[in-house]
Amino acid sequence: MIDPSRAFDEPADVLLVGGRVEAVGRGLGTPDDAETLDASGCVVCPGLVDVHVHLREPGGEHRETIATGALAAVAGGFTTICAMPNTDPPIDDPAAVGFVLAAGMRAGHARVHPVGAVSVGLAGERLAPVGEMVEAGAVAITDDGRPVWDAGLMRLALAYSRSFGVPVASHCEVLELSRGGSMNEGVVSTRLGLTGIPNAAEDVMIARDLFLAELTGGRLHVQHVTTRRGTQLIRAAKERGVAVTAEGTPHHFSLTDEAVEGYRTHAKVNPPLRSEEDRAAVAAAVADGTLDCIATDHAPHHYDEKEQAFDDAPFGLIGLETALGVSMTYLVAKKLLGLSDLIHRMSTGPARAFGLGGGTLAPGAAGDVALIDPAATWTVDARRFRSRSRNTPFDGWQLTGRVVATVVGGAVAFRAEEG
Amino acid sequence: MTPPPTFLGKDLIGLEHLQAEQIRAILDTAETFKEISERPIKKVPVLRGKTIVNLFFEPSTRTRISFEFAEKRLSADTVNVAATGSSVTKGETLVDTARNLEAMRIDMVVIRHSASGAARFLAERIPSNVINAGDGRHEHPTQGLLDLLTIRDHRGAIEGLKVCIVGDVLHSRVARSNIWGLLKLGAEVAVCGPATLMPAAVETLGVRFLRRIEDAIEWADVLNVLRLQLERMHAGYVPSLREYNRFFGVSKERLAAAPRDVLVLHPGPMNRGVEIDSDVADGPCSVILDQVTNGVAVRMAVLYLLAGGRPETAEAAKAGP
Repeated sequence: MIDPSRAFDEPADVLLVGGRVEAVGRGLGTPDDAETLDASGCVVCPGLVDVHVHLREPGGEHRETIATGALAAVAGGFTTICAMPNTDPPIDDPAAVGFVLAAGMRAGHARVHPVGAVSVGLAGERLAPVGEMVEAGAVAITDDGRPVWDAGLMRLALAYSRSFGVPVASHCEVLELSRGGSMNEGVVSTRLGLTGIPNAAEDVMIARDLFLAELTGGRLHVQHVTTRRGTQLIRAAKERGVAVTAEGTPHHFSLTDEAVEGYRTHAKVNPPLRSEEDRAAVAAAVADGTLDCIATDHAPHHYDEKEQAFDDAPFGLIGLETALGVSMTYLVAKKLLGLSDLIHRMSTGPARAFGLGGGTLAPGAAGDVALIDPAATWTVDARRFRSRSRNTPFDGWQLTGRVVATVVGGAVAFRAEEG
Repeated sequence: MTPPPTFLGKDLIGLEHLQAEQIRAILDTAETFKEISERPIKKVPVLRGKTIVNLFFEPSTRTRISFEFAEKRLSADTVNVAATGSSVTKGETLVDTARNLEAMRIDMVVIRHSASGAARFLAERIPSNVINAGDGRHEHPTQGLLDLLTIRDHRGAIEGLKVCIVGDVLHSRVARSNIWGLLKLGAEVAVCGPATLMPAAVETLGVRFLRRIEDAIEWADVLNVLRLQLERMHAGYVPSLREYNRFFGVSKERLAAAPRDVLVLHPGPMNRGVEIDSDVADGPCSVILDQVTNGVAVRMAVLYLLAGGRPETAEAAKAGP
């Protein structure tokens, strides 16, 4: 049993009663009517938490729905996910927040937390009703998918959100530097004749937002950090006490822009897959905690949309069902960090960053548990995904570390098929 | 039904992945085919019964006509599909267009498209031979080949020559095909132009970057001058066409300072008075019209080789089966 929230890492039983953790320890008695999950040979840990997923509902139900996304989540060991607001229409008022919350509850599976927009209509002009959205259940605000390009609006958002205790999650991209770009700027983009997105497009805005967080005292969460300089900026800001958290994605610490070779649209993602130097820096920043969370930026697209010339295909890839395997294969198996720290980055870290309930198995906490077989090797087969989409660059890859079962609120929400 | 592998493989997508011997064989075959265009009756039965679609998603006059002449002089049946007025503008996807053409049982597709990778995309999805007639800023292999043939015609060999590509390398598929082809055949290659029009890490392709046109003219045996598209000025890559001409234009005065005779190529269409002055374009150093003539021969060679022809039997093939 590993519970990074309490630095707990030893063999133990976990007893869940009434949807909550009742007790943790050796030789706990089993009530007569209890359902038991035999976790021998496995790791039992707090359910994984993903603060960055796109569920596409409303408006993009051919790509994903809240129900299919939440099912994909539990299949990947996630018990809590945070849905980005860039849907159609966007989640920029309390009614829309309520819709996402209700759809998540109706679906069951993982807990779905809505994230509200920073600006009305994601237009980057006027602040959305942050207080009302938080009251309705939003756990953070973001205009993700695009940056808050107006520095004045970002300042307002960081300052205003302080009253409601939610972080502002920022997609850092200077559009004037990334315009027309479809992949990382570098050797590969030059060879393929594709327009590149330089690291500076991300670094410049990370720096801006860190200064604004410092100015306002607001809580900043930097999404999908992909550059070496970006990790350095965040590390330095944390050292001087800026209220910042940040995330790295499994694809950015496992793949480089070489994955685009052959114009593979499943490797087209924003921010783009970077150089080897950047990839290694992101992995190291996850390991040393500069990046508090591993988040998937799960971004489903219909197969038609990816079946196009590279420039015409949309950005984004899915990750809920591969995140744990990719992270264990690229971080734990490569000895960059231990399993307990990995689970921290995938549960305790993100839960704390967004002020969510999960990420711990302390008595009284929600009975959200993942059972992981850390030694199991398996081959990714996108056709068997619970997600409605298949746009993964990891199809056919062999990964180490697999989810055996997922428990949400004391009930088994997912159990892997045998074999 | 996938056709059997040919000397060039199934498709011609770019020069980056061709071997030097394959490039030399294309040039040699083109040399053999040149003579057909000088005959009073310019037609041989090499591709009789073959159906070729020229699929142009971008406007093109020179390349399309050159391909069409090459196809017709080899007796192929050709159809031209232009993006304007076709189902493409009605929202049909590239993959659907390809499948529909394939369903009509064609043998080859010549594709020009604004997206890098479009030719490869098509080639991976249909069994017909695909020839890239320019994909975005990626490659324009037949242009690269005709430039190589023209340089070889005038200088005897490519190996050891110093060739400088001048201008908007960033947006140029011609530049990339030239760089790969020239390097494979043993030339030294440089690029010259404002840094705003150079791709990231251009030196990693194996070329040197000269920042001033004077240095390029001092260094080079051959200048390949790229077209500067008007849109680049509007997008702010260069402040004005006048300034571009003043600092990067190839003029008679600048060429006069060259330590040796410089061969001047231009893929066309030219902006006279911008990247190249008229007295250079029409002067003794210019081989621009030879490039156009060679374009037909090179395309005949590519069509012949992709249709299963062997380089060594090109001479015999002209007489018919």
